[in-house]
Amino acid sequence: MSPRKIVLRFGPEISDKPIIYRLVKDYDLVMNIVKANVNPQKEGIMVLELTGDNYEQGLKYLREQGVTVQALTHEVVRNEQRCTHCGACTAICPTGALYLDRPGMEVHFDGDSCVICQLCVKACPVRAMEVKL
Amino acid sequence: MSEKTYQEINARIRSGKAVVVTAEEFIDIVREKGLAHAYREVDVVTTGTFAPMCSSGAFLNFGHPAPRIKMHRVWLNNVPAYTGIAAVDAYIGATELPEDDPLNSNHPGEFRYGGGHVIEDLVAGRPVRLKAVGYGTDCYPRREIETTITIHDLNEAILFNPRNAYQNYNCAVNLSNRTIYTYMGILKPNLGNAHYSTSGQLSPLLKDPHFKTIGIGTRIFLGGGIGYVAWHGTQHFPAIQTDASGKELGPAGGTLAVIGDLKQMSPRWLMGTSYLGYGATLSVGIGVPIPILNEEIARYAAATDADLYAPIVDYGEAYPNRKPGNLGYVSYAQLKSGRIVVQGKEVPTAPLSSYPRAREIAGILKEWIQKGEFFLSEPVQLLPSPADGLTGKVLKG
Ligand code: SF4
Ligand code: SF4
Repeated sequence: MSPRKIVLRFGPEISDKPIIYRLVKDYDLVMNIVKANVNPQKEGIMVLELTGDNYEQGLKYLREQGVTVQALTHEVVRNEQRCTHCGACTAICPTGALYLDRPGMEVHFDGDSCVICQLCVKACPVRAMEVKL
Repeated sequence: MSEKTYQEINARIRSGKAVVVTAEEFIDIVREKGLAHAYREVDVVTTGTFAPMCSSGAFLNFGHPAPRIKMHRVWLNNVPAYTGIAAVDAYIGATELPEDDPLNSNHPGEFRYGGGHVIEDLVAGRPVRLKAVGYGTDCYPRREIETTITIHDLNEAILFNPRNAYQNYNCAVNLSNRTIYTYMGILKPNLGNAHYSTSGQLSPLLKDPHFKTIGIGTRIFLGGGIGYVAWHGTQHFPAIQTDASGKELGPAGGTLAVIGDLKQMSPRWLMGTSYLGYGATLSVGIGVPIPILNEEIARYAAATDADLYAPIVDYGEAYPNRKPGNLGYVSYAQLKSGRIVVQGKEVPTAPLSSYPRAREIAGILKEWIQKGEFFLSEPVQLLPSPADGLTGKVLKG
């Protein structure tokens, strides 16, 4: 079975629990961490590739621990024609994937740091951030 | 003090000899060569701003169909326009929303399409669905019309924005413990972020704090075309900010009412805009040329981000309840550094007004003037200045 990419989101109350360790040890899953980020409010986002016989049980365990689990089926892209480089997304993006290049103040988008949380999609006033399936 | 005149500067523009620089370039010239030199050398300083400006809209005249109609209600792409004026005239306001918009019923609402988007669609030449109903009169018998128009089908399309180009604006923070959705963007709880919305040292009214040059009839860059200052904007209460020790912190409070032919403008500089949980609006590009008539005007035009300050205001509690006061002042240099300190806490900053686009506008205006395509107009009357002491009223109720 080819590895499936999933996005995990966890709140501050569980970000310091050894959930990932238990997932690997108790469910015998093979894991590749694609991206991971914990913001200053201690909310975490992780993109994983996960394989193993106990895949479904593993996901069930994560959900029981209060982790939101979603399949990663899309990506977020920037419509370069539409982006005005206003900067309104830069304090909203949790990973710094959208950031201001000072002192020129152009806004750059680093797709590799994007964890597809989609916060920018609604925060961008001119709707320049788009979800691609 | 020696003075230059509008006539002298325009003669130099005509002969291709005028020295025109952007506000950023002017700051560099003053830094390198001093104010006296900069004043003698430079004729015009160009400024720019590109940001959401809610008090915007356009007067449209659709022309009469046969038979004629007195439009009592009008919708453009489902967005209502104001028709309490003559038969086929209407005003489409930037913040108007479709009647079936869910608004904030599922908070925060998305406000994906509104009057500002209609204006963008029009100026881009895209087809727009027009629907109008009338009640029928002897002279205007028709009761309904539904058709598709573009801006080219209209007799007139006049952008008229009663309040644009705010001189300065609050730096918005959120002291409450919940995320709030405001016209200053999404503000995270407990001082999670700070949003500001001017182009600082490039911003038109920050460069002429005492309204020595900007007045009724000032020719400007508006929405990618040429426009004019029509009047002072609504809520025009210009003042010079000071801190507790009386130190000047730059101006605040001035606004412009602007007008121009929408047909010569561009969708790059008039963009439909949506604020999550707040509403729809229009982002407007404005650039004002400042004639360097004397050394005092030169000194104001040379103000840098370090000289210009914004008040820090809590939008969680103080602003919505109209509580006076603020959490201190912060310079645009500090805001642009990416971090400020509020109540002892380091807070990341982000702008809502596009500095790169402001720079582009100042550059375009400079080029127009250098090419002799744009001349300065001497105001018919200057706008009220801080010396006039205008202040806002509180609505009782
Ligand atoms: S909020 Fe939108 S327009 Fe502004 S910089 Fe970000 S992506 Fe670009
Ligand atoms: S989806 Fe947008 S806000 Fe979220 S990480 Fe990617 S760029 Fe940042």
